[in-house]
Formats: sequence, structure tokens, C-alpha cells
Amino acid sequence: MRASTAPLEPLPLDTGQSDRLEKALAGLSPEQLHWVSGYAAGLAASQAGRLPAPAAAPVAATGDALTILYGSQTGNGQAIAERLAAKAREKGFGVSLQSLADYKPSQLKREKLLGFVVSTHGEGDPPDDAELFHEFLLSKKAPPLAGVRYSVLALGDSSYLNFCQTGREFDERLAALGAERLHPLVECDVDYEGAAQTWIGDVLSRLPEVMSASTPVPQLRAVSATPRYDRNRPFRAEVLANQKVTGRGSTKDVHHIELSLEDSGLRYSPGDALAVIVSNPPALVRQLLDELGLSGDTEVTVGGETASLEEALASKLEITATSMGFLKAWAGLGAAPLAALLDGGDKSALAELIDGYQVIDVVRRFPLAVDAQALAGSLRRLSARSYSIASSQRANPDEVHLTVAAVRYEAFGSAHWGAASTHLADRLAEGDSVAVYVEPNSRFHLPENDTTDIIMIGPGTGVAPFRAFVEEREARGAAGRNWLFFGDRTFADDFLYQLEWQRHLKSGALTRLDLAFSRDQAQKVYVQDRIRERGADIHAWLGGGAALYVCGDAKNMAGDVENALVDVLVAHGGLTDGAARQRLKELRRDGRYQRDVY
Amino acid sequence: MSAPHSDVERIKAASRHLRGTLADSLADPVTGALADDDTQLSKFHGIYQQDDRDLRSERKRQKLEPAYSFMIRARVPGGVCTPSQWLNMDRIASERANGTIRLTTRQAFQLHGVIKTRLKAAIAEINREMMDTIAACGDVNRNVMAPTVHELTAVHAEVQEHARALSAHLTPATRAYHEIWLDGEKLPPPAVADGEVEPIYGKTYLPRKFKSGFVVPPLNDTDIYAQDLGFVAIVENGRLAGYNVLVGGGMGMAHGEPETYPRLADVLGFCAPEDVLAVAEAVVTTQRDHGDRSNRKHARLKYTIDDHGLDWFRHEVVTRSGVSLAPPRHFAFTGNGDAYGWQQDDSGAWHYTLFIQNGRVGDFGSLRLKSGLARVAEVHTGEFRLTPNQNLTISGVRTADKSRIAAVLDEYGIENTLQASPLRLHSMACVAFPTCGLAMAESERYLPSLLDRVEERLAAAGIGGDAITIRMTGCPNGCARPYIAEIGLVGKGPGTYNLYLGGGFAGERLGCLYRENIGEAEILAALTPLFEGYAGGRSPGERFGDFLVRTGVVRRVTAGRLFHAAEPGRG
Ligand code: SRM
Ligand SMILES: Cc1cc2nc3c(=O)[nH]c(=O)nc-3n(C[C@H](O)[C@H](O)[C@H](O)COP(=O)(O)OP(=O)(O)OC[C@H]3O[C@@H](n4cnc5c(N)ncnc54)[C@H](O)[C@@H]3O)c2cc1C
Ligand SMILES: Cc1cc2nc3c(=O)[nH]c(=O)nc-3n(C[C@H](O)[C@H](O)[C@H](O)COP(=O)(O)O)c2cc1C
Ligand code: SF4
Repeated sequence: MRASTAPLEPLPLDTGQSDRLEKALAGLSPEQLHWVSGYAAGLAASQAGRLPAPAAAPVAATGDALTILYGSQTGNGQAIAERLAAKAREKGFGVSLQSLADYKPSQLKREKLLGFVVSTHGEGDPPDDAELFHEFLLSKKAPPLAGVRYSVLALGDSSYLNFCQTGREFDERLAALGAERLHPLVECDVDYEGAAQTWIGDVLSRLPEVMSASTPVPQLRAVSATPRYDRNRPFRAEVLANQKVTGRGSTKDVHHIELSLEDSGLRYSPGDALAVIVSNPPALVRQLLDELGLSGDTEVTVGGETASLEEALASKLEITATSMGFLKAWAGLGAAPLAALLDGGDKSALAELIDGYQVIDVVRRFPLAVDAQALAGSLRRLSARSYSIASSQRANPDEVHLTVAAVRYEAFGSAHWGAASTHLADRLAEGDSVAVYVEPNSRFHLPENDTTDIIMIGPGTGVAPFRAFVEEREARGAAGRNWLFFGDRTFADDFLYQLEWQRHLKSGALTRLDLAFSRDQAQKVYVQDRIRERGADIHAWLGGGAALYVCGDAKNMAGDVENALVDVLVAHGGLTDGAARQRLKELRRDGRYQRDVY
Repeated sequence: MSAPHSDVERIKAASRHLRGTLADSLADPVTGALADDDTQLSKFHGIYQQDDRDLRSERKRQKLEPAYSFMIRARVPGGVCTPSQWLNMDRIASERANGTIRLTTRQAFQLHGVIKTRLKAAIAEINREMMDTIAACGDVNRNVMAPTVHELTAVHAEVQEHARALSAHLTPATRAYHEIWLDGEKLPPPAVADGEVEPIYGKTYLPRKFKSGFVVPPLNDTDIYAQDLGFVAIVENGRLAGYNVLVGGGMGMAHGEPETYPRLADVLGFCAPEDVLAVAEAVVTTQRDHGDRSNRKHARLKYTIDDHGLDWFRHEVVTRSGVSLAPPRHFAFTGNGDAYGWQQDDSGAWHYTLFIQNGRVGDFGSLRLKSGLARVAEVHTGEFRLTPNQNLTISGVRTADKSRIAAVLDEYGIENTLQASPLRLHSMACVAFPTCGLAMAESERYLPSLLDRVEERLAAAGIGGDAITIRMTGCPNGCARPYIAEIGLVGKGPGTYNLYLGGGFAGERLGCLYRENIGEAEILAALTPLFEGYAGGRSPGERFGDFLVRTGVVRRVTAGRLFHAAEPGRG
């Protein structure tokens, strides 16, 4: 269902299509038509499975342009940045749109007007593509920036303690370096659409005063097409299989889920994630209603639409993850002790609330009489959850597979559930469907070169993308060697995809598999221990140009593995600790050390 | 031998005296299994690879390999073990295996559910107590059986000694076992001629498993007719005069393959006590040289004898051993069960034989067998003796200690086991599910509940107090020797069994197929009228099996070759 690319075809549209096209284009301004042509080009590009190359405007060389820089991990920020770029171009301004990964910091002082869109990841860390720029900006090397105007749009998630950390740092540091705020910092929570729109509008409205609106000569170029399916227009995928893949004796409940992409035209490549739009656990919705003595039938309005409170709590509002926004709102509604706690600014107490408390726990600890609308108003929109895609589309043309660990745990004497993971694991049967869209992740992809060796480190569900990697390399007949480090609790019950790995080892699709099962012996063993044990070989592989991939837990694993890799470079590469870390940075910049941690 | 050798023969030959790649297999962290060929070799070391069949299909769907674990069989010649050996087993069962000890129908120990990473430790710990697992399985001489109790202590001691000697004499000489399991120094694959490494077996060992045992009439507890090689003690005026030599017994067969059949051993002749080893070695080497190495289903000694004839075989044995076998002496058996309860021998020592249902020693609710026997082992100064009927005899109890032991048994609910019906006390079931890879139907897990029903029928017929032997196996291999029980149930498929009737109460006659492929309801329906007929029509002292044969309910089976003759559904 792609636009045909056969060159000799006079008109690659059937009459029906050309009619619809004419209707759609009727009454557009020349600029708009120009933009649409670019849009179409970008659409074609992205459907062909490639992200459109960030279009660098020729005018960008001169400082007399709006330079839009984005640091984006899962694509939200990039999309916003691209929208701002498109709009600015419509208005005829010269625009340079770039990923912070491609941007030369030395350019900074020559800029006139800078628009930043940057998200925060890890635990208050910059997204991978912004890491080096972030380091430069906060370092002594950063030059004075008098005369530079800027505005930062920070993307974040207020259920994390360091909300919009990176954006804040950018904003403060730029000011400290003498740059002038064109427009104050805007912090977006996961439901960022509204705030982002306003920011785009505000920035655009300030452009004329600062930039001699160069005679608008929009040039034809591919601007990125917003993906055909996104959070507003997700694809309803049918569930083909939902299979528990941990054994009876396991303490975990991990599910292998296969979804159908038939007729969706959705494209993904190994390393991408799938965003899933879900509903909350019905039992939890009940608990919350009972706890507050509210009726589920009461009508409430959420984001303009009205719905029954029960429906809103079930599928529109976030009631598991607690967000700063909610805590503030709840305090505002009269929870005095909570208000006190927030004002107290006790970081650890705050951290405990945000990480360890779900909404119901907050409600129970800070009881309050509120009406339905007040409750709805205090809660954030239910956000989509991301899952690493565990399949190769080349190997499974019409399918996408996920590896989902159900979040269930006891806390404060009652059962707790994760929203998305239990929706996927418990509330989706074969034949049901679920709303999804692809989150491309260009920063976590297989080497272009099939002969490059890869070392994959993915304990727990972190192994998911590597199932896709190996499937893809096998399907491609890639000559490069594939080495996997996997770990979990027990060999008997937590060896995810054991049979598949055994088959891949036999066929040679997987060259080597090193395992670490923490609970099978007295002293715990983790992947980082195996990495140290295999240090010599890892170092040799890297010497041969191998690429490193790490996926999984961000809290501990990612850091422990990084340290293990440093030790390897020190022990077998004769580097100092510092030099080793520098080497890893370089590998990161060269795309030979990629991480997808959560 | 013209026909191509079986795959197992290739593996044995290439194994460098049973080393194979076992060491690498144990080290492979990606699977809980051994390399395919090694699973054959491990048997010679007393280790069977198995998987939990209850979980097999579930785990496949979970993209997990089968739940592999290993069964370890420890040899106990004559069934004799010391209290400290028992305690050792008890500990290993808890720490390395599934928490139970299994006493087998050949007086040996089995541990189930030992995962690969614990295998080496378990084997080493077993050996620490001077007990080993080598040749507990495989194509060699298996655990040598011998009666557990006899009132003539002198005779019993002598027979036990011969059993130990025979076991030692026929134990493989390869060092592979010590290298792999006990970290013994690695020897280069033998440069010396194979004959010097395995003087009796040679490089490819025997064509098939080989089983030998001793018995002292009138009790046939070791089911001497089911052994490849049996020695029947002939006791004359209180002294061991010598042995009648029996050869060619065996139970194993396969459904639908009439060329396979259970067979009772034939009497070859009489030999003096000092000739036991020479005769045994001659029997073994004859089988080594003439047994069928192309078809494992036709490789047991029983077929070698039927193919070549008994006279030819006797001639081979006599010439190879240089022992001229005398005509057999007279002997007679009264039964093949165990003598339960307290018995006293002529030295005044006491022996208590207790009932262990299907040989499974564990703690089951109020019946805390495992803990209780461990307690006994801590205070007991004599021996433990594993019986051929999966039971246990606490042997050599001084009169002074008798009450002490009894008290412990009572405290742990073990005393009551002898309250069971005579039918149950004369029952045996093989292991079958979930561990046995060959099981077609349940056995150990099912027989107890079936017996509840059968007991009701017996009681209704007014013969609830009579002893009838009933044995069940999950497949036709016959591990619980069902073909020589009065009632034999042999698994055919899930929930269905072949019913054999008319076996001799002393294991001296084969049963005959009575009903094929039937479930519990039909089993009970078939037995009930027979119980009633027996209750009314038996002559004084007549056994159930004898009655059924006399009254023509089933054909009298006079030879293994005739076992399948005129089977229902078959010509
Ligand atoms: C444990 C035991 C049954 C029991 O409930 O006690 C047993 C259990 C098994 N027997 Fe047996 N046999 C056991 C006594 C017997 C007997 C009885 C006897 O020896 O007096 C027989 C019939 C006599 C005979 O050998 O003919 C017996 C005939 C077999 C056979 C059939 C042999 C044949 O010639 O066809 C097999 C299958 C095979 O060897 O191919 C077999 C194989 C097996 C295996 C190892 C299955 C396998 O090969 O994978 C069973 C393990 C099950 C498990 O999970 O533990 N077992 N097996 C007995 C252990 C004896 C020992 O300590 O060495
Ligand atoms: C790029 C990316 C890829 C990902 N890939 C995968 C993947 O392949 N497989 C996978 O399973 N997940 C993956 N995740 C994580 C996934 O997105 C969800 O975060 C996870 O499934 C939990 O979501 P949930 O809605 O079930 O729980 P939520 O409802 O979001 O969380 C419940 C809340 O409970 C709290 N909580 C959770 N666990 C505990 C606990 N043990 N103790 C105390 N409090 C707790 C937390 O505060 C959390 O906010 C990925 C995430 C990202 C960003
Ligand atoms: C693994 C992970 C960690 C995150 N950590 C934070 C954080 O520490 N602070 C925060 O404000 N937002 C955090 N977020 C939320 C993202 O910033 C938010 O989803 C944003 O919309 C992503 O934008 P992007 O797609 O442009 O990267 C995190 C998101 C993920 C997936
Ligand atoms: S008789 Fe069959 S099922 Fe029973 S233990 Fe022996 S081999 Fe297994």
C-alpha cells in the first residue's frame, strides 16, 4: 500500500485518488501548496521506512535564521521541532532544523535565534542525542552567548522526580552564559500537545521583531511527515498471541505478545519501540471510586470531552503512576499535610511519593472529600507506554511482537498493578485488539554494515530488541557475528526465549550466548560479572569494530554494565579509568555503543 | 554379526570407555540437558536424563526447554546399607533432589529431580559414603539382588557375601566414572588393549542390561525367575550346599510386538559355592559374544537362549568356566512377597520389615516416613536392608533396642503401614509419570487409589483378608514385574491398561492377557465376578492365580515364547 515508485508511470494515481487529491488541495495558498509537496515527500520517505533526513536549510549558514535544535529519544520532541520548523518556513523564515547530535557546539555563539526542544530521560539525564551537547553546554568550554536569543521547550514526565531536568538546565545555563530568553521555559508533561502548540505559536509570534523577515521564498524540501499513526490516530492491532513465557516457578510474569499489523502499512525496524494505548485495571478504578465514595456514573469533562467518571478513570486518566502535577493538585484541593510536605522541599520524601506511591496510595494517605470533576481535574491524561519491539518485520511481515513483564506488587498492604503491563498481560485475549503506534528510535539500530559484529547486553525484558536484532540479521543473511549477554533470576523459569536462542546457536544465527542467573547459586551473578569474565574477548571484538548494544533496566543495570565495560577497557586495553570512559563516549558518538534503557 | 549394529553400540564404541563428551555436557550452561549421545553413556554411570512430563507441553508453549532433571540410581548389592549411608541418602535427597528417596524393585536407591548443576555434587556425596552409582544402569550387570532376611544367619551371611563378590567381580573397570564425577586424575584414553581395561566386558560392554540375583527358598522375594542369572541357594541340614543356576529370565516386552515377551529363567544345573564367580563370568561372556547387538529389543539373554537353545548355552558355560554343572537339586517357593513385621533369627537379632507403598520414602501428612527413618538411622546400630518389593527391613536390632525403634516408628506413623490390606501389602507399582520417559500410563501415582476400589470389591466378596499379588507398570517394560503377579496391570495409554491374570503367587508362573486396553471401570467390572467365583469355588489354600488357571479363566502360560499365543484381537 505504498505509493508506487515506478518511474515510467505517467500518473501514479487512479482516478479516485486524483479526485480526492484535487478536493484536498483546492483553495490552498502557494506557500501551503509548497509545504504540502514537501509533506508528501516526507510522507513517502517515512513510509519507505526511513526517517526523513533533518532538512538543513541552505540559509541556515548565515546567522539570520531560526535554528531549531532538538534532543529527542522517542521522537516526541523531534516531531514538535519539525512542526515549528514547518510553520516558520510557511511564514517564510529561514530555518535550520537539526538534531543536537549533528549540531556543532562551536556554532552557538554565531546563532541569532535558537529554539530548543529537549526531553529528559534516564533519571534526569539528557536524551542520547543531546548528551554531548549537554556536556559541552554545562562545561567551562561553553562560550559567552551575549546577543543570542533563545527559547526552550522541555519535554518530560512529572511522574519522574527530575521533571524536565534537561530542559531546565539548558534554559538556566543559556541565560547564565548571557543569552536572552525570547520566551520563558515551557515544561511539558506527557500530555504535551496543548503546551507545545502554544509554545510554537508564541515563538512564531515573536519572530518578526527579532528577524528581518527575509522575503519568504519557501524552497521545496522534504519536511518530516508526522507518522501515519500516532497517539491521536493509533492503529488498532489484533492480538494474535498472548503467551506467558516464564515458567511455573518464576517470581515474574512475562508475556510474549504478537500483534497483527495486517493492512496497517505500519513499518518498523529492529530497535524501534511500540507505543501502546491502554486502560487502567478495572479493580483499581473500583477501589479509587470506593475510596472516595464517588459514583462512577457522574459525568466529568476531560480535555473538552465529557465522559462518566468511571470511564474517565478507566481509559482517560493516569491513576497508577503519580505525577508532580497530581500531587500539587491534590494538595491544592485541601490535603494540608501533603501541601506541607511539598513546600518542605524534602527531596527524598518527594521521591518516595513519586516512585513508590500510586494515586490510590496518595489518596489513602492524604484522605480528602472531593467531587468527581475535582478528581478528574487533578489527574493527568493517561499516557501511552512504550515497549521495545521484539520482532523483525523482515522475518514477520505482518506482525509485531512484544515482551512484557507484568507489574504487580504488594504495597501498603494491598495489591498493586501496573496499568499497561497488566492490560497487555491480563486483559488482552487472542482476537482482542489494542491501540498502538510505532515510536521510531534511530538511536538504537543495527549497523548499516551487515559484516559488523555486534555485542548485545539485554537482561530481563531488555532482551526483547535483541530477539528482533538476531531475527533481522538472520533474515538478511548478515555475515557479522552476534553475541548476546542475557541474565535473569533463574535458569529454569526465567530464561526468556530459551528454545529460540538454542535454535539460533545451532544455526549460527547467534554466535555466542553468555548467561547470568542471579538466584541459581549462593552468590548473585549478573551480566556485568559475565562481561568482566569475558573481557578479553569483548575487547578483541571491539578492536575488530564490533558495536555494543545495551537494553533494559536504567536504574541499576545500565550503570553497572557501563562500569563493567570501563573495567574491560582498563584491564585489556591498558587504558586509565578516565580514558576508558572517554573511549566509551567516542563509541557512543560513533554509534558503536547504543543504549535503550528504561 | 551381519546386521548393522544399533546406534547405542556405535556410541559405546566411540565413548573411550564411557567418557564421551559428558564433561562438556555438564559444563554447557545453555541447556539443562546432556548432549544426545551422552544421555546414553550417563546410564552406565547410574544417571538417567529425564524431564517433568507434567510440564512438557506447557513449557514448549512458554518457549522454554523441557524441565530437565536427572534420576540417580545408587547400587546397593543385596540391598544392604548402613545407617550412616541411609542418613547420607536422606540428606542428598533433600538438598540435591526432589526431597524423596525411592526404593526400587531391585533393592537399590533412586533419587529424582536432580538438576544438571547439582549432579556432580550429588554423585560425589553418594560416593563419600562408600556407595556408588556406577553400573546401576547401562549394558552391564545391574544391582545384584539377595534376600534381606533369613532365620539362618550363617547361610544368609554367606549368600550376602556371594552377592557382594559377584557385584564387585562384574563392576566395569573403566576409570571414566572417577574422572568425571570424583575429579579423579584424567587418564589418557587407554593405550592398553581394551581387554586389559575391561577384562570381562570389553570395549562395547554387553549387548543389553544384565541382571542377577540370589534367593534362599522357600521365599522367592527376589523374583529369581525374572533374573538373567539367578542363584537359588540349596540349604541342606542347615548349611549352604551350593546353588541351582537359573538363566534367561526377564520381563521386558513391547506392545504389539509378539517377538518380544517376558520369560521365566530356566534351571541350568547345580554348582558349588566356590564356583559362583566362574559360572557367572561364563554366562556373561557368552551373552557378550552371542547376544544380538543389532536389535536392542532382541538383545537380552533370554532371547540369546531361545535362539540357540538351552543345551548349547549350558555347553558354552561349562567350557568357558571349566565348571561341570551337576544336575539341579530340588527346591520349592511359597511366595514372592516380603515377611513383614518383627522376625528373630537364630542369633537372637531382630529384623523389622515395614511396608513402603511403591517404595517412595517421603513425608506424607501424618505418615512421616522420611523423617522417621532418619530418626531410626540415628539410633540404629544394625543395618538397613532394601527389599525386592520396594520395602525396607531394619535389620540386626538388639532385643534391648527393639522397643526404642518401635517407639520411633510409632511416633512417625510408620507402624500403622502394616495395617494395610494383604492385597496392598502384596502390591507394587513402577515409577512411571512424571519422571519416567517411557511411561504410557500412570502407575506409582495411581495404583494406591485403584487399590481402594479393588479392596472394596474383595471385601464385598468376603475375601478382604486374603493375600493376592497385584502389580502395575506404566508401560510393558515390566519394572514392577507385573507379568508374574496374580493380577498384572500394564499401561497401554493414558488411563488404560492391559490386564494380565494367573501369574504364580511365588512368581513361578507367567500371567496371561485377560483384557486389553481397559480403564478403571472395566478393570473393576472384570475383577469383581472373578473375586466372587474365587471366594466360592476355590479349593482349600488355593491361590487366586492358580484358581484362575485351573478353572480355565486364563490359559496356563508355560513358556515366554507362548506368552502372546492367541491373544484377544490377535491371531
Ligand atoms: C526404579 C525401577 C522401577 C521401580 O519402581 O522400582 C525401574 C525404573 C525404570 N526402568 Fe526398569 N526399573 C526397575 C526395575 C526393572 C525390572 C525389575 C527387575 O529388574 O527385577 C525390570 C524387568 C526385568 C527385566 O529387566 O526384564 C525392568 C525393565 C526395564 C526395561 C525393559 C528391559 C527389557 O529387556 O525390555 C526398561 C527399558 C529398557 O531397558 O529399554 C527399563 C527402564 C527403566 C527406566 C530407567 C526408564 C528409562 O529407561 O528411561 C525407569 C526409570 C523410571 C524412573 O523415573 O525412575 N526397565 N526394570 C526399578 C529399578 C531397579 C534397579 O534398582 O535397578
Ligand atoms: C523505550 C522503552 C522500552 C521499553 N520496553 C519494555 C519492554 O520491552 N518490556 C517491558 O516489560 N517494559 C518495557 N518498558 C517499560 C514499559 O514502558 C512500562 O514502563 C512498564 O511496562 C510499566 O508500565 P505499567 O503501565 O504497567 O506500570 P505503571 O502503571 O506505569 O507503573 C505503575 C507505578 O507503580 C510503581 N511501581 C512499579 N513497580 C513497582 C514496584 N515493584 N514497587 C513499587 N512501586 C512500583 C511505579 O511508581 C509506577 O509508576 C519500556 C520502556 C521504555 C521507555
Ligand atoms: C526511560 C525514560 C526515562 C525518563 N525519565 C524522565 C525524567 O527523569 N524526567 C522527566 O521529566 N521525564 C522523563 N521521561 C519522560 C520523557 O521525557 C517524555 O516521555 C518525553 O515526552 C520524551 O520525549 P522524546 O520522545 O522527545 O524523547 C522519561 C522517559 C523514559 C522513556
Ligand atoms: S515400567 Fe515403564 S513406565 Fe514403569 S518405570 Fe519402567 S519404563 Fe517407566
